[in-house]
Amino acid sequence: MTAGGHFVRALTFQGGHNTAVATLGLALLGVAAGVVGVYALLRKRSLLSDALAHAGLPGVAVAFLLALAIGAGARSMVALLIGAAAFGALAAASVQLLARVPRWKEDGAIAATLGVYFALGVVLLSFIQTLPTAEQSGLHTFIFGQAAAMSAADAWRIAGACALVAVVALAAQKEMRLVCFDPAFARAIGWSAGAIDALMLALIVLVSVLGMQSVGALLIVALLIIPAASARCWTDRAGVMLLVAASIGAASGWIGGALSASLPAMPTGPVVVCVAAACFIVSIVLAPRRGALAHALRRRRTNAAVARDHLYRAIYELEERTPTRAQPIPIEHLSAMRAWSPRHARRILNRAVRRGDAQRINGACALTDQGRAHAARLVRNHRLWEMYLITHADLAPGHVDRVADEVEHVLDQELVARLEAQLARDGLPTDTPQSPHHIQTPTTPSSPTSRSSPTYPT
Amino acid sequence: MTPRSADTPPREPPPASAFPSPASEAREDPAAFFARRPEHSPDAPLSIHDMTIAYHRRPVLWDIDYDAPKGKLVGILGPNGAGKSTLIKGALGLVPRASGRVLVFGKPYEKMRREVGYVPQRESVDWDFPVSALDVVAMGRYAHIGWLRPVSRAHKERAMACLERVGMADYASRQISQLSGGQQQRVFLARALAQDASLYLMDEPFASVDAATERAIVGVLRELREQGRTCLVVHHDLHTAPEYFDEVLLLNMRIVAHGPTRETLTEDNLRRTYGGRLTLLSEAGEALARRAPANPPPPTSAARRDQDAP
Repeated sequence: MTAGGHFVRALTFQGGHNTAVATLGLALLGVAAGVVGVYALLRKRSLLSDALAHAGLPGVAVAFLLALAIGAGARSMVALLIGAAAFGALAAASVQLLARVPRWKEDGAIAATLGVYFALGVVLLSFIQTLPTAEQSGLHTFIFGQAAAMSAADAWRIAGACALVAVVALAAQKEMRLVCFDPAFARAIGWSAGAIDALMLALIVLVSVLGMQSVGALLIVALLIIPAASARCWTDRAGVMLLVAASIGAASGWIGGALSASLPAMPTGPVVVCVAAACFIVSIVLAPRRGALAHALRRRRTNAAVARDHLYRAIYELEERTPTRAQPIPIEHLSAMRAWSPRHARRILNRAVRRGDAQRINGACALTDQGRAHAARLVRNHRLWEMYLITHADLAPGHVDRVADEVEHVLDQELVARLEAQLARDGLPTDTPQSPHHIQTPTTPSSPTSRSSPTYPT
Repeated sequence: MTPRSADTPPREPPPASAFPSPASEAREDPAAFFARRPEHSPDAPLSIHDMTIAYHRRPVLWDIDYDAPKGKLVGILGPNGAGKSTLIKGALGLVPRASGRVLVFGKPYEKMRREVGYVPQRESVDWDFPVSALDVVAMGRYAHIGWLRPVSRAHKERAMACLERVGMADYASRQISQLSGGQQQRVFLARALAQDASLYLMDEPFASVDAATERAIVGVLRELREQGRTCLVVHHDLHTAPEYFDEVLLLNMRIVAHGPTRETLTEDNLRRTYGGRLTLLSEAGEALARRAPANPPPPTSAARRDQDAP
């Protein structure tokens, strides 16, 4: 069978019992990690989560050794969990303590903690490998993870934990959201932000321990954070973000699990994380509002609209200068007035022609009636705004053009109405006023003396 | 109330037996406390007693002793670094108090939290958070809703009414990062209104807001006063203070003066509030924090500007 065939069988849970269990377990782990990751990300605790996950490694090693010493089942999930939780708490305390060292920031404290605990974990695991007991088999996979080691019982535990995480995350959604957004306000209304923080950290430790066997202590944080970060691209609602993150986490675990099962000697954790990363890249590129593509398109549209507005105003103001207002404007006058290259000017003009706002007459151009109406409105807004700036913001007439330029494209109807009302109160004209400053055009000399500027009360 | 001044140097440390230690004072029954300190009223919406707050051994507030008047708008004024925000945070227990005690309507603050509304500084949170304006205002109802319960329709409607009072009803479902700074400030104010408190502590609600927001906030403050509620507002603009506030509290690491606005905003009081920070108190603070640089920072440009203003 081809690798592709293996993959499809694994994906549809037909690749044998062990593979089906592992794939399902990874998908459920992805759900739990996605949900918990949303809070880790929103609380800006990504790096701390990483430290906690790494600290889980010495935690399970110590728990294993203790359980072995007292003769209990050394691979008991409960014992490993308690060990990891204890070391997670220890790591969190180390970070708190180190961050208090003068001139040391939390950032450095977390990085140091993370490295030291992980090193300790690797040392202990290596020691455990030398012990003459059969129970340690599989412990060495805790670093990179190996889903094939997952038993049906493990998958059930993950399913149970997944349900627990979902219940807690839904029940305490309001509390965790408030602490993530504004912990000081939570404390002001008498809620223990510390307790809610501890609950969130506990969930992080729980997911890290569950994922340690299949995804590995090194990479579990990626499965926490990447689905949440991807989900943030798609939505502005915390509730929806939980659902999307859970789905992306599930998909990563499912597809990644199937991939690693169908390819020879592929470690599970790295494959799952690569699948999650692919989801993330798709998200940041394609997401409708926050995605890079949408962003680029939006900017292009804005730039085009601004260039168009400039074109209409330039033609309108040049036409104002011609006696009959009907004489076509040579394109090189346009490019001279707006400092556009002739090619750029032609490109903008072509777009206006396509919209039916302008027409080309040999080497010249003119506005259509539709275009002129639009241009008149633009010029009026621009000049009203200029007058407002001169009379109310104390700007010199020579300086208002640029400022008005930046604002006029965002003037909405309501603002224009308020502008008119204000100027009317000041006794200024509110039809299209004359430009308050000299307009430099290719056909007029550059000195403002040729034209008297209107004066406004200040 | 006549304006009071407090330009006496910091109290000599009293003999250990003369006063109870701060710890035992904090546990003392409020009734016994008020009997011992008759200058404080059990009816005051907020009573702060001998509060001192230090950040990393550098004291930022000394011996704050203050009763807020009921049903008044009080402006807290002072130069940068005077401890205006710290006063509010200390009263709310958001920063640890080195000493002192806070009573709300004569009872320990911990029992009266629901009577206290809080408007933090707008910059204190990350506004790129996936919630709507209405979600944030509903947070003001959380203390009433209680733990682990969803926000009911009735609470959402109250939150909506609060958004309306600040003129933001049209923006209820807007994600908060898409609001302007002034609109965000109004959302914070609406959240405090949703707390339905008797005493409001507001940290710089007028900081860098547009004119419409400023009008909306002033309108809401006056409404609150008409309803007999008390507002303590950290404020930075001396010019608008007489128009907005019934009383002012002039602060520069300690209370310089407080009382009705017109009588208290005297040239002398302002000079003592804004005229540089090289006071006996800050020198004493420096002596305590021996690791700190030898000289206190010069007055900031804002402080100098404000000093010239009146």
